Amino acid sequence: MNTSFTNTARLLGAGLRALLVLTLVTGVVYPLVVTGVAQGLFPGKANGSEIKADGKVVGSSLIGQQGYSLDYFQPRPAHGLGENSVNTQYKLILSGATNLAADNPELVKQVQDAKAQVVKDNSVPGYTVKASEIPPDAVTSSGSGLDPDISPQYAALQVHRVAERNGLSVAEVRGLVDAYTEGRTLGFMGEPRVNVLELNIALKELVAKG
Amino acid sequence: MGPVLAGVLQLLALIGALALVHVPAGTYLARVYSSAKHLRVEKWIYRGIGADPDAGMTWPAYLRGVLAFSAVGVLFLYLLMRLQGILPGSLGFASVGPAQSFNTAVSFVTNTNWQSYYGEQTMGHVVQTAGLAVQNFLSAAVGMAVAVALVRGFAQSRTGELGNFWADMVRGVTRVLLPGAFVAALVLVACGVIQNFSGIHEVGQFMGGSQQWNGGAVASQEAIKELGTNGGGYFNANSAHPFENPTPFTNLFEIFLILVIPFSLPRAFGIMVGSVRQGYAILATMVTIWLGFVALMMCTEFAHHGPALQAAGGAMEGKEVRFGVGSSSIFAVSTTLTSTGAVDSFHSSFTGLGGGITMLSMMLGEIAPGGVGSGLYGMLVLAVIAVFIAGLMVGRTPEYLGKKIGAREMKLAACYILVTPALVLGCTAASMALPTPPHSLLNPGAHGFSEVLYAFTSAANNNGSAFAGLNANTDWYNTMTGLAMLLGRFLPMVFVLALAGSLAGQRPVPVTAGTLRTEKPLFTGLLVGAVLIITGLTYFPALALGPLAEGLAS
Repeated sequence: MNTSFTNTARLLGAGLRALLVLTLVTGVVYPLVVTGVAQGLFPGKANGSEIKADGKVVGSSLIGQQGYSLDYFQPRPAHGLGENSVNTQYKLILSGATNLAADNPELVKQVQDAKAQVVKDNSVPGYTVKASEIPPDAVTSSGSGLDPDISPQYAALQVHRVAERNGLSVAEVRGLVDAYTEGRTLGFMGEPRVNVLELNIALKELVAKG
Repeated sequence: MGPVLAGVLQLLALIGALALVHVPAGTYLARVYSSAKHLRVEKWIYRGIGADPDAGMTWPAYLRGVLAFSAVGVLFLYLLMRLQGILPGSLGFASVGPAQSFNTAVSFVTNTNWQSYYGEQTMGHVVQTAGLAVQNFLSAAVGMAVAVALVRGFAQSRTGELGNFWADMVRGVTRVLLPGAFVAALVLVACGVIQNFSGIHEVGQFMGGSQQWNGGAVASQEAIKELGTNGGGYFNANSAHPFENPTPFTNLFEIFLILVIPFSLPRAFGIMVGSVRQGYAILATMVTIWLGFVALMMCTEFAHHGPALQAAGGAMEGKEVRFGVGSSSIFAVSTTLTSTGAVDSFHSSFTGLGGGITMLSMMLGEIAPGGVGSGLYGMLVLAVIAVFIAGLMVGRTPEYLGKKIGAREMKLAACYILVTPALVLGCTAASMALPTPPHSLLNPGAHGFSEVLYAFTSAANNNGSAFAGLNANTDWYNTMTGLAMLLGRFLPMVFVLALAGSLAGQRPVPVTAGTLRTEKPLFTGLLVGAVLIITGLTYFPALALGPLAEGLAS
């Protein structure tokens, strides 16, 4: 009995020493070396791909924002975003999806409401949006709630409204969207997309020049 | 080019990359676990542990090593979270509560990475990098060690020894996971994944006001999270978060990282048992199931049945624009057919049948290709069962790789197969029958049942993904998923190592004309059939109540 107790204690001791040594290797040295190399080679990316307008940081090109006025291009809905419920000394954005099922009446309503809103917001004199033209990304929440992109189809739907509200020609705004449309990587990876923040910064500059 | 074609091309690119890499990677893995030499850094580590890396272990000794190391890991991680409030470098975050700390510690040590917490508001730098990320390495290394022990059971004869646990585990870290993760982390940073130790970061917004972000060592954690088939996200949105997975390329790269070790291990197994073709028969089984499931997932997601998805005109709920439906489908199947559980899109909002495919993927036992190590040993146990079934059909004593599959071996294999379904179905039934646990459901109807079934399938199979609408941060779910993870990880390991010990002690039987040729396509077909039938019979009633009911209604 005594020896089996000693053996167990010895084994747990070996396990603890192994854990501590490997924590040092994989939990201290490894992340610090990666951080050192990353900060040396790619400081902008390692720190969140911040983006500036008028000399001020206005966010990250990777993180979608909510609350654009109708003068600007609108992002995707983000019903899954939350605010932190613990450690409330901060006001953190909690990334996330709605997790609503495809047959949940609440999700059906979210989609239908979003569709009606897109039609209403983007129909301007001389241009009426048809519900059937609205791409799915315009009326659904993304996985992170922070999707920085919209599809080129959704951007195209918004061109007439943005042009009218900013006193620009439709052709000018369409040209801007084209310039900020990114195709599939190497022609086949992912889907074509438009970064909303970058597009809106460029739009603001165009209006200021105009 | 349409999205369907683009999805297929991405799948082909992934297959091409894996086909190229698994050959040198498999050969390398075999050498790592066969070599008699120790690197200098490994010698230092062994001295620190106080273990002799050349001492052979019988299966009980090997198992004791696994259990002692894992027990210490759970305790250490638990204390780290309980003490977070007084640890420096923790952003001033409070300590984590006891139930959630237990659940999370078990979750990361068992390679599950089920998360009942929101990463960005709960875990500071120290817990993330020196606690959670460390177990991403170690739980993966333990999984590979157990797989290698089973392979040695087949390869060795009349010794009863399975190698040295400490040497196998340490080599997995120093020679495989650490170098791989280092390179992968740098690739990810180059594409935009963040890597810093700054505090909570406040930046202005375009329309005024500001937003607050977490900094963090995300790239270094993301790399091992995928490579070690762990899956615990730095952020709540996991690999859907742009700071974890910023581009279409990183998405494919992360799927590649998830699959590369599990798809390379069969070749290493073949080399170690002296017949590469035996390894390829196992690999072919894995590839067949994986490809079939990816194809089914793409079909159902592109068809986007379900009232909300029909109204939207596409299955984009819970998916990111940069990945689209095709790439998200490949990720979803790859993460649930391995023990990863990382997500780049949210399975709860998939079509009913799509959600069912993610569940079925886990229910197969995560063997196609499965988690690092656990996939290979799971598939080899099923191969033993397939051989036994074939033996019954022709009336011969079954044997696999020159070892007789007798009563003892079959009992161990059968116990292995029964553990997880018992946990999944028992815990799901209890959760539905008791008065309080159903309060955690988000969605009504069949999908609500699916949330619970998914949770326990994910926990007991050590996957970690979720139908995340379920509020799992209650004492009931923290405790029960914690127990399911523990038993679902370590009981099967007991049976695998006992099986390995029993095989290693046997004298090999010579191959005769009557021996079942387990390196032939016929055996691959038999194995695929055994996998699907065993799982199908076990889980069909539960699946019919959840995802099938939802999928067929829409």
